[in-house]
Amino acid sequence: MSAHPSPLLGPEGGPAPGTAGTRFGFFTDTSVCIGCKACEVACKEWNGVPDNPRGFTANSYDNTGALGANAWRHVAFVEQGRAAGGRPADLRWLMSSDVCKHCSSPACLEVCPTGALFTTEFGTIVVQDDVCNGCGYCVTACPFGVIERREADGGAWKCTMCYDRMRGAKQPACAQACPTDSIQFGPLDELRERAAGRLAELVAAGEGRAQLYGHDEGDGVGGTGAMFLLLDDPEVYRLPPDPVTPTRHLARMWAMAGAAAAALAATLAGSLLPSGARRSRSGGRRWR
Amino acid sequence: MGSNMAECHPVAFQWVVEARQRGARVFHVDPRFTRTSAQADRHVPLRPGSDIAFLGGIVHHILATGSELRDYVVNYTNASHLVSEDLRLPDDLDGFFSGWDPDTATYANETWRYDGPPVRAAAGRPSPARGEAPGAGKERGRGQTFQSAPTDVEHGSIRTDPTLEHPRCVFRILERHFRRYTPAFVADACGVPEELFLEVADALCANSGRERTSAFVYSVGWTQHTVGVQYIRTASIIQLLLGNVGRPGGGILALRGHASIQGSTDIPTLYDLLPGYLPMPRAGEQPTLADYVEQATAGKGFWGNTGAYVTSLLKAWWGDAATPDNDFCYGHLPRLTGDHSAYRTALDMLEGRVEGYLLFGENPAVGSANSRLHRLALARLDWLVVRDLGEIESATFWRDAPEIETGELRTADIATEVFLLPAAAHTEKDGSFTNTERLLQWHTKAVEPAGDCRSDLWFCYHLGHLIRQKLSASPLARDRPILDLTWDYPTEGPHQEPDAAAVLAEINGWDAEGQPLGGYGRLADDGSTACGCWIYAGCYAEGVNQTARRRPGHGPMHVAPEWGWAWPDNRRMLYNRASADPDGRPWSERKRYVWWDADARRWTGVDRPDFVADLAPDHVPDEDARGPAALGGCDPFILQADGKGWLYAPDGLADGPLPTHYEPHESPVANPLYRQQANPARRRYPPGAGPADPSVEAGPDDEDAAYPFVATTYRIAEHHTAGGMSRFQRRLSELAREMFVEVHPDLAALRGLERGGWATVVTARSAIEARVLVTERMAPLTVAGRRLHQVGLPYHWGHAGLAPGDAANDLLPIVVDPNVTIQEVKAATCDIVAGRRPRGPALPRFVESHRPAPAP
Amino acid sequence: MGLRTLIRSWPVARQLRPGGDHLGLGAAARSARTDDVHPRTEDADRVVPSVCPFCAVGCGQRIYVKGEEILHIEGDPDSPLSRGRLCPRGSSTKDLVSGPARATTVRYRRPHGSDWEDLSLERAMDMIADRIIASRAAHWRDTDDDGVPLNHTLAFGTLGGAACDNEENYLIKKLFTALGALQIENQARI
Repeated sequence: MSAHPSPLLGPEGGPAPGTAGTRFGFFTDTSVCIGCKACEVACKEWNGVPDNPRGFTANSYDNTGALGANAWRHVAFVEQGRAAGGRPADLRWLMSSDVCKHCSSPACLEVCPTGALFTTEFGTIVVQDDVCNGCGYCVTACPFGVIERREADGGAWKCTMCYDRMRGAKQPACAQACPTDSIQFGPLDELRERAAGRLAELVAAGEGRAQLYGHDEGDGVGGTGAMFLLLDDPEVYRLPPDPVTPTRHLARMWAMAGAAAAALAATLAGSLLPSGARRSRSGGRRWR
Repeated sequence: MGSNMAECHPVAFQWVVEARQRGARVFHVDPRFTRTSAQADRHVPLRPGSDIAFLGGIVHHILATGSELRDYVVNYTNASHLVSEDLRLPDDLDGFFSGWDPDTATYANETWRYDGPPVRAAAGRPSPARGEAPGAGKERGRGQTFQSAPTDVEHGSIRTDPTLEHPRCVFRILERHFRRYTPAFVADACGVPEELFLEVADALCANSGRERTSAFVYSVGWTQHTVGVQYIRTASIIQLLLGNVGRPGGGILALRGHASIQGSTDIPTLYDLLPGYLPMPRAGEQPTLADYVEQATAGKGFWGNTGAYVTSLLKAWWGDAATPDNDFCYGHLPRLTGDHSAYRTALDMLEGRVEGYLLFGENPAVGSANSRLHRLALARLDWLVVRDLGEIESATFWRDAPEIETGELRTADIATEVFLLPAAAHTEKDGSFTNTERLLQWHTKAVEPAGDCRSDLWFCYHLGHLIRQKLSASPLARDRPILDLTWDYPTEGPHQEPDAAAVLAEINGWDAEGQPLGGYGRLADDGSTACGCWIYAGCYAEGVNQTARRRPGHGPMHVAPEWGWAWPDNRRMLYNRASADPDGRPWSERKRYVWWDADARRWTGVDRPDFVADLAPDHVPDEDARGPAALGGCDPFILQADGKGWLYAPDGLADGPLPTHYEPHESPVANPLYRQQANPARRRYPPGAGPADPSVEAGPDDEDAAYPFVATTYRIAEHHTAGGMSRFQRRLSELAREMFVEVHPDLAALRGLERGGWATVVTARSAIEARVLVTERMAPLTVAGRRLHQVGLPYHWGHAGLAPGDAANDLLPIVVDPNVTIQEVKAATCDIVAGRRPRGPALPRFVESHRPAPAP
Repeated sequence: MGLRTLIRSWPVARQLRPGGDHLGLGAAARSARTDDVHPRTEDADRVVPSVCPFCAVGCGQRIYVKGEEILHIEGDPDSPLSRGRLCPRGSSTKDLVSGPARATTVRYRRPHGSDWEDLSLERAMDMIADRIIASRAAHWRDTDDDGVPLNHTLAFGTLGGAACDNEENYLIKKLFTALGALQIENQARI
């Protein structure tokens, strides 16, 4: 249950009935993440995601490694600083639960030749495994390296933001489980406000490197449906600093779509197409 | 402190995170920088085993700065009580309190007492048994006193000095005892720089008082030491001085590790206790019920009614057979003759003195200190019953224990007959757990257990029936207790499962008319009431399973009084009368919790008052009053024999009336306070318990110690205890598949350890291998001028399951706290070398070769 | 497939068709199966209130049951302790209780045996009762050498209980104390 209940949320924390058409998303406040991996387990339990045993990685407490077909949530661990003289004042251990970004301009969807990927009534991006033919275009297109083909069945898999739960007015399994409310679920507009407020709090408290990620609709993917409040630069968490939906592919598709697309050009800015792709890649993607 | 709350109790940690977002400051004082430290305002690393030095430093700081909440201290604690003039402190006797008997290695506590009549310790708990007494030998009379003192404490008979000036009052004794615990001492003993220590101490004092409260949270990082109980005692002193007990936002929170570990102490599967913290009788010392009651009753407070509690228990167990004429079957209780703890039992097993053992969801082959020894011990049994969810190591040791590979055990030679009986999971049975806050919560059966899986309730009930059937014709007196036992619970369903609610109803108890009791106040000592656990009386009040209530709490109902049921009497905070000042008014409006309603002449508040409901704050009891009637209006600590919070323990502890710093049993440094190195009263189990680091006897050796580093064991978020519930399932095994060891980069460099490679950790007991995690989080500390490294060992792994690995507990000694026989596994000495451990017979040879000869 | 068909079937194009799906709400892109998507917990026959079996925080759980099997376990938002949240251990509860590593039949290892054998539960219970009675009889102590009553046996003991229900601990303590056993222990030493 989110700490900030929205009128658009039902009693189970998911989209209230009748809120189809409102875009929902995640806001992951990494400043309160305790790295417990409840999200990883809750996700796997709900979605029946297979095992992904990698053994010991020696990379802090991260034995999951990366998002993939069998890891739809992945907690990154970043150890920073050096202990000195028994007073490790600058020792930091950053944790962040990563997930599919559910981009406003979803490259995966745009390159999918089968229509397996689609945008749901909640503005989330979901693979339909009964349609997916395993071509893998989406895998190379994703600027975050999220979606992946699963060896066992050949299909492409990633986070659905628990589309099935959302259809039943339940919030995603990871958000429900998260002990400290680091993973928050809700209408994206409200999450944006909350994220901005939380950032201001942290900056005021002296977290000089705190910043939002995925918050800006002007970035290379048109903003994301899964935002993050990070305590350091995205690269530190192994997040791409400048994610871009591959626009060249889009241009080709535009040509193919032809006149039909042109007729709708005026409506595109508010839709799923990449308004951000037309803007400067360097502009306003990072907030301090 | 001593708790890794974010990893071991993540869901409870949400309240810490929320409090911090509302402005609370969080200090994490712990040897390791953990996921808890990452969420704290400040991590304060200290040397494992040095917490009493740190906490004692805070006591010193409070007294030196006059930061105590004076009204609280004078009225609610025993600060003003005068102590016997014969008391000597460790400063006087180089590390010993007065009363030490070197022959028995135990204390006699006459000199620790108040100046006046003796006072009994709170729980009527017997003085603990002595360490080296063999379990089956003749050890009666070796000081295992149940309670040697007479019991009369008449109100007002304790000499006091409310000005706290008398040199023998507790307050001044505290001041004297802790005078050497200066910031400089803390820095030296703990490796915590003075300014960092003072930051904690000042913050704690500033955030305590009338308007504000502070809380301590601890877990087994505090308890699993040879001075574990005294760790908690030190925190109690701090919190009582600062007025942080019985008040919202205050207290000392023990975060316990298992779903019903609190319940299993309340209704104890512990050798020295009966339900409700009643002591087990000792051979020859309480021959009659009257002797027992006389010795286990306090003059004042609710331990004044011990006779009612024990008589009602005997009635619950032996029903109609228990009559006034036969002492209510008191003679049916077996008598203790010494230490019968799990560690003593394992050593007796090893020596062939124990034939059979039954394990209920416990895995000593991985989870107990010196787990290797426990595997060898299990192999000496004639029969073993394991009740668990899967094939845990304690069930399969006969074919896959590491000792098979080393040649120390051979399957064909192991005569142990093993029964693995699959257990029902919590989803497959009804029952209640008692959580870490004393809250009983009912879980309802969702599905029938599969195959042969059965609940432990089923197992015990049907086993009892079978035994009673087989013995039914017995004429022997020894069989009367089992044949007289009340054992007629209704059963239901396809497996004839006993009705758990009926068992809970017996625990709750009933009156002469068979009506469920509403609370422990109703218990009588004349046999008219039956009650299986007096502190649980009321959990089935009015015939309703109160533990199954699930009314959420909101707003003014934030204590959620109708969610489950808390003992005693559904009180959610103990000793909460102390949340009001001596006049019965809240200390501050923002901290109001329970207060005196002068118009109604009753205590009221957001919780049930943990006090006599209509006892006015200014009430002065009659001189000859006893038990609850002897409580005064300013005696919030109603289970203490003098109604006061104990800054000083005149009775009840085996190792001193005050905490003081001792080194762990194995420590690489010398005790900075005394020549006496470790707790002299700690219980050791020579010779079978496994070798110790020779420096324990020889004194720490700085330069060429065989085991120069401090090993400390712990849990991580990804696993659960000894792994029986995590390494045998996919989800958690996946998260942390391999045993690892955490070391600082400097230690890695010193020993040539490679990140991600293998290392072998060796102690005087054994050697294990683990993958290497190199991290700055394992900060070396400067202690007594030396840079001291710690070696971090999660203890979840064992040789079976989906995620096998070496067991950290193989490395640890069996040496325990003398009060509660808890093992010291948080600090021991070790060495670490690069590479995997030797296999087969080479392993014991390696361990042997690493161990220096014992000191001459 | 003609170019026109190809273009029309391309998902982006489908969503761009006039009067179509420009918000990407997926009517054109959805498969029939997708239209049926709903949380499987809605198919549950019943929801059973429970408590997490791992640590002592006591988080509330809801157990969804369908066809007498556990469909799903998740946190109970009503719990004032946990507010619906579960840690990784609590979230893994279903694999704990119905995963492949659960033992479901009695396993018996005879003395000196090299492998498990099958044994009926009834037979196992009977044998265990016999073992207890025999060990108890062989090592019973009415009194010590001085005639002081002991009324106990040190021939067998029990270990465990911190994961057991209160009612189970109560019967363990009651039964084994009545049998004269003293070595009744668990890890809850403090």
